[in-house]
Amino acid sequence: MANTACFIIVGRNDIPIYEAEVGSAAKREDAAQLHQFILHAALDVVQDLAWTTSAMFLKSVDRFNDLVVSVYVTAGHTRLMLLHDSRNEDGIKSFFQEVHELYIKILLNPLYLPGSRISSSHFDTKVRALARKYL
Amino acid sequence: MAPVGPRSGDAIFSSIDRVNAELFTLTYGAIVRQLLTDLEDVDEVNKQLDQMGYNIGIRLIDEFLAKSGVSRCVDFKETAEMIAKVGFKMFLGVTASVSSWDADGTCCSIILEDNPLVDFVELPDTCQGLYYCNVLSGVIRGALEMVSMKTEVTWTRDALRGDDAYELQVKLLKQVAEEYPYKDDE
Repeated sequence: MANTACFIIVGRNDIPIYEAEVGSAAKREDAAQLHQFILHAALDVVQDLAWTTSAMFLKSVDRFNDLVVSVYVTAGHTRLMLLHDSRNEDGIKSFFQEVHELYIKILLNPLYLPGSRISSSHFDTKVRALARKYL
Repeated sequence: MAPVGPRSGDAIFSSIDRVNAELFTLTYGAIVRQLLTDLEDVDEVNKQLDQMGYNIGIRLIDEFLAKSGVSRCVDFKETAEMIAKVGFKMFLGVTASVSSWDADGTCCSIILEDNPLVDFVELPDTCQGLYYCNVLSGVIRGALEMVSMKTEVTWTRDALRGDDAYELQVKLLKQVAEEYPYKDDE
C-alpha cells in the first residue's frame, strides 16, 4: 500500500463530491489541504488533456515534488483523481475501473441527485477496501 | 376441496409480455424521486405511493383473474397463498412466501426475499421514514378490495432499513358482502 494517497471525485460542474485520504502514512495536519491544493491545480491540465484522447484513464497528468496525480475521466465528465507517491500504474488503473463501477451503482440510485455529495457509507468502505487492495 | 387453478405463476409468467428489469426499476425510482421533490414530505410520499398502488390494484385484479385462470378461493389462507405464489410471480417475477398466521387465520405475513423494485437503491439520511416499496402494499389492498375483502397492509420488515427481507403484514378486516348498487324497482 502506498504511503501517501488522496482520492477525490470531482463532478462535472467542478464540485468535489467525494474525498478520501487513503494513504498509510501518519497524518500530517496540513497534508489534507496540500493534497486538495495539488489536485485542484491539476484540474486545468485534465480539462485540456481529456479531449485529446478517447481513453478514460489519463495516467499521470501532473506532479508535485514526489507526488503524482493520476486521473480517470468518465463519459459524463466526472473526474476520479488520485494523488499518490507509488509507481504502480496497473494497480491504479484497476482501482479506477472498479471505483467507476461503484460510482455507476451510486448514480443509478434514484434517490441520489447527480452532482451532489456521495454520503453513502457503503461506498466509502468499498473505496477504502479497493485502495488497500490495489495501491 | 382440491385447490383449483395453478399453484405457481411460472407458466403464466413465461407466457405474458415482459419489460426490461432495469427500465422498470429506474422508472419506479424516477416516480419515487419525483414524488419526493413534489411533496417534500416523506409521510405524504408514503401515502401517495399507497394510493397509486391502490389504483393499480383495483385494475390489476381483473387482469390477474383473466390471465391466471384461478377460481374462487375458499378462505383467506388460500387467497394469501395465491397472491404470494401466483400474483407476485406474474407481475414481479419473484415468488414470496406466506408465514406467521395468527390463530383465527385473518392475519399473515408475505415475505419477499428478492425485490426487483429496489435494485441500486440506498436510502439517504434525508428519507429515513420512506417506505420505498409502499406501492406494493397499495396494490394488494386495492386488489383484495375488488374481490370484497377489506384489508390493511403494512410493512413490518424492509431491507432498505437494515432488515434481512421485505415483509408485508396483511390483515383481513372484514369480508364485504356484494350488494346491488341500486334497488330493483328503481
